[in-house]
Amino acid sequence: MLAKRIIPCLDVRNGKVVKGVNFLGVKDVGDPVEYAQEYNRQGADELVFYDITASHEGRGVMLDVVRRTAQKVFVPLTVGGGISTIDDFRDTLRAGADKVSINSSAVKNPQLISQAADIFGSQCVVVGIDAKRDLNGGYTVFVNGGRIDMKLDLLEWVKKIEELGAGEICLNSIDTDGTKAGFDLEMLNAVCERVSIPVIASGGCGKLSDFSEVFEKTNSSAALVASLFHFKELTVSQVKDHLRDKQISVRR
Amino acid sequence: MISIIDYGAGNIFSVKNALDYLGFDNKLTKDKAEIENSDAIILPGVGAFPSAMNMLNETGLTDTIKAQAKVKPFLGICLGMQMLFDKSYEFEECDGLGLINGKVDNVIAEGMNIPHMGWNKLEKLNDCPLLDNLNDDEYVYFVHSYQAYCDDKNIAAYCEYANRIPALVFDGNNVYGAQFHPEKSGETGLKILRNFGGLIR
Repeated sequence: MLAKRIIPCLDVRNGKVVKGVNFLGVKDVGDPVEYAQEYNRQGADELVFYDITASHEGRGVMLDVVRRTAQKVFVPLTVGGGISTIDDFRDTLRAGADKVSINSSAVKNPQLISQAADIFGSQCVVVGIDAKRDLNGGYTVFVNGGRIDMKLDLLEWVKKIEELGAGEICLNSIDTDGTKAGFDLEMLNAVCERVSIPVIASGGCGKLSDFSEVFEKTNSSAALVASLFHFKELTVSQVKDHLRDKQISVRR
Repeated sequence: MISIIDYGAGNIFSVKNALDYLGFDNKLTKDKAEIENSDAIILPGVGAFPSAMNMLNETGLTDTIKAQAKVKPFLGICLGMQMLFDKSYEFEECDGLGLINGKVDNVIAEGMNIPHMGWNKLEKLNDCPLLDNLNDDEYVYFVHSYQAYCDDKNIAAYCEYANRIPALVFDGNNVYGAQFHPEKSGETGLKILRNFGGLIR
């Protein structure tokens, strides 16, 4: 039976893992390779590096991080943040990433999805989405870290993403993100019903039962977790032990 | 030395990274003499069957591979595993290497996500040296939309995904194929690669 996946996400800036601290900004906290190894030891099923570097020099540093991680950690590695061209895809995959995650650049240029899928295969194209409830009872897609409303209907967008050849969708709910009140089950269900490619749940987890709930009540394939793991409120192993107790299939 | 056949398909660097990590001497190559002189061969692959077979045929290595697979340990990974079989029906009917009897066609899994992506549990069916030292509860990482259809006797382990998907296949002699990615399957995958390296005489 296919296991539900737990995927830690690390924000990386200029080659260092950063964490937001009480909205007062971010601080560098360490070497991404060491973090990756630690999460791997805890049983992380995949890892995501999210590059928040703005500069061109930073990109090279990020690729070096990917290269060093891929030599030591043997689980799938996804890289996202600032990827907008086929060359970016190629450089990132050549450095050792298995998947590339695109978000704003996919909304602005949907053909990037099909081009990347044709050249590198659907399995490495992850489309990240930030979405929010609108006034009409539907959901709307936002870009640039949830700041710009694209007036794009979520359910039409996910269908299009699938048709263009994406391999996976990572769905972040702006409504639940940061609340720690649980994943956005309603939004996840709406998307899971609409597509047959795997959907990764993101945004809102705060406690163990949020994980069993998202897998019991939605068809999500995986959960993406950032701050909860960074601040050591929970560990990957705790989450997996909990899921196993709830008879949810996870990898040991 | 283990030759990793470099015919332009897939993320071959992760296979190399895993072999380097395990301390197995290895080389990415498409050189016929080098492949003939190596102790074992890995055929990686990601993408579509017909284009991968075309790329392999264009390197002129197809006959070398068929001959070498009879005399030394040979492991196909993902698409490289599918290429071991007689035929594939991905997009169009296409001949494979014919090293194991069987065909490749769509994964049929009513109501499930396609591709079959993620960690699935290995269910042992037949004794196979690549499964040495593995426990009963080991997961490996898959990502594919096509699968092998072959005799049970060639299946060392399968996984459940609505139906049975052959996960690790073998010919009972030198040829092995992993539908999953051992190089991305954590400690379990490393054990399998270590077992493969251990077949070198």
